[in-house]
Amino acid sequence: MHAELRMQAKLSVSGITKTYRTGQSSLRVIGEIDFQVADGEFVAIVGPSGCGKTTLINIIAGFDRPDQGEVLVDGRARSGPNPNGIVISQQGSVFPWLTVQRNLMFGLNGGGDHKALANHYLELVGLQGFEKSYPHELSGGMLKRVELARALVVKPDILYMDEPLSALDALTNLRMRAELLRILAKERHTVLLITHDVEEALHMADRVLVLSNRPATIQASFAVPFPHPRKVTSPEIQALKELVLRELGL
Amino acid sequence: MHRIRQALPPLALIAFLVAAWWIVVVQSESVIFPTPWQVVAGSYELIEQGTLWNHIGASLFRVGTGFFLAVAIGVPLGLLMGWVAGAFTTLNPVVQILRPISPIAWIPLSILWFGVGDLSPIFLIFLSSVFPIVVQTAAGVHTIERQYLRAAENFGVSRSKLFIQVVIPAVLPQIIIAMRVSLGVAWLVVVAAEMIALRSGLGYLIIDSRNAGNRYDLVIAGMAIIGVIGLLLDGTMRRLEKLRVVRWKYAR
Repeated sequence: MHAELRMQAKLSVSGITKTYRTGQSSLRVIGEIDFQVADGEFVAIVGPSGCGKTTLINIIAGFDRPDQGEVLVDGRARSGPNPNGIVISQQGSVFPWLTVQRNLMFGLNGGGDHKALANHYLELVGLQGFEKSYPHELSGGMLKRVELARALVVKPDILYMDEPLSALDALTNLRMRAELLRILAKERHTVLLITHDVEEALHMADRVLVLSNRPATIQASFAVPFPHPRKVTSPEIQALKELVLRELGL
Repeated sequence: MHRIRQALPPLALIAFLVAAWWIVVVQSESVIFPTPWQVVAGSYELIEQGTLWNHIGASLFRVGTGFFLAVAIGVPLGLLMGWVAGAFTTLNPVVQILRPISPIAWIPLSILWFGVGDLSPIFLIFLSSVFPIVVQTAAGVHTIERQYLRAAENFGVSRSKLFIQVVIPAVLPQIIIAMRVSLGVAWLVVVAAEMIALRSGLGYLIIDSRNAGNRYDLVIAGMAIIGVIGLLLDGTMRRLEKLRVVRWKYAR
């Protein structure tokens, strides 16, 4: 990739490698990974389970260090996690001891009407009326909405999603995809999604990267040039799905 | 209605045990072991004299003070040991050495340092209840689920906000359990602690009734009152588990 192009990218990952050492043995988890994500682009990374997807997103989001290579956000090397890129993970991290509203206000600093801002985003994700509820009183799908709203309220440039919908049942998963697309259409964000669900990736992303088995490298890249709303059952998407699955060895 | 039905089996069991006790005492024709009725009569005698409330009040005051000090010192110490690795490696061995020493073993030193007033029993009760709080609180910090700490780190909040809005509420359910356990221990130790007390307390009542005239009816009355108050104290602590900020832990 040319240096010039890298400068333009919102997120630039170059030459990342990672090996875990435990005593005598060492496990090379990530081979060498390079890719760029443009501002406002939605990129999905799919790969077989255990291929190092989570390690990769941890490194990109700043929770882990690569052995080699670097991650640039807006052309600057990132050091550690920060509110500019919020992670939404499979297990969820909505604080169970705070009300829904207090969860949303958690990341807000400085002046301004935090409560009004929190309520605005609660309304955006369709949870008005649940401000004073505690997370354990909500369903799994509603919790995901809280987590999404809590991320959006700090206006991050990038959303890192690590299998965000995998713990949901099939129907809720479909609903949340539509919700996510509706919200992303309103609030422009750069999104990096990690998933094992090829259809989910093709439903939402502008581009799909396929990871290889361990050590993970980028094996193929597919543009998904279809306008929203998409129908995953359409022949074009199904044909693309076949190609992605073939890359995954299925 | 549901609560009454729940209370029936334990009440029936207690009635059965009291009846068995009564029958055994009558059958064995014991001169010294009292019947339940003699215990009730003895308790009534103490109430008439007005000394029972003094004994209960003195015991509750000592346990309350010792327990309060244990919470006031144990919780911050536990949080520190849980949060700062260096504090844990430095303090934990000392805590683990002191923890298994029975409060009874401390009685001679306690008399030496604090005399035979209220301070000695308070010190012994403090000793017995501070360690469960320290250990459980530190363990609570260690077991905070990582995703919450990561989320806090991700949002880039200040250390004070992290502590007040994440660490403390995450550990609070464990602290409440620790307080419940340690108040039980504190109340358990009251008799031993009051063996050295002057002229008041339920522990003193028991020892004194035995020493001054073999009043075993009052010995058993003292024991029964300690048991009932223990039950009430535990019930009070359990109400803390119903607080909305900690319900998430017990609701799962």
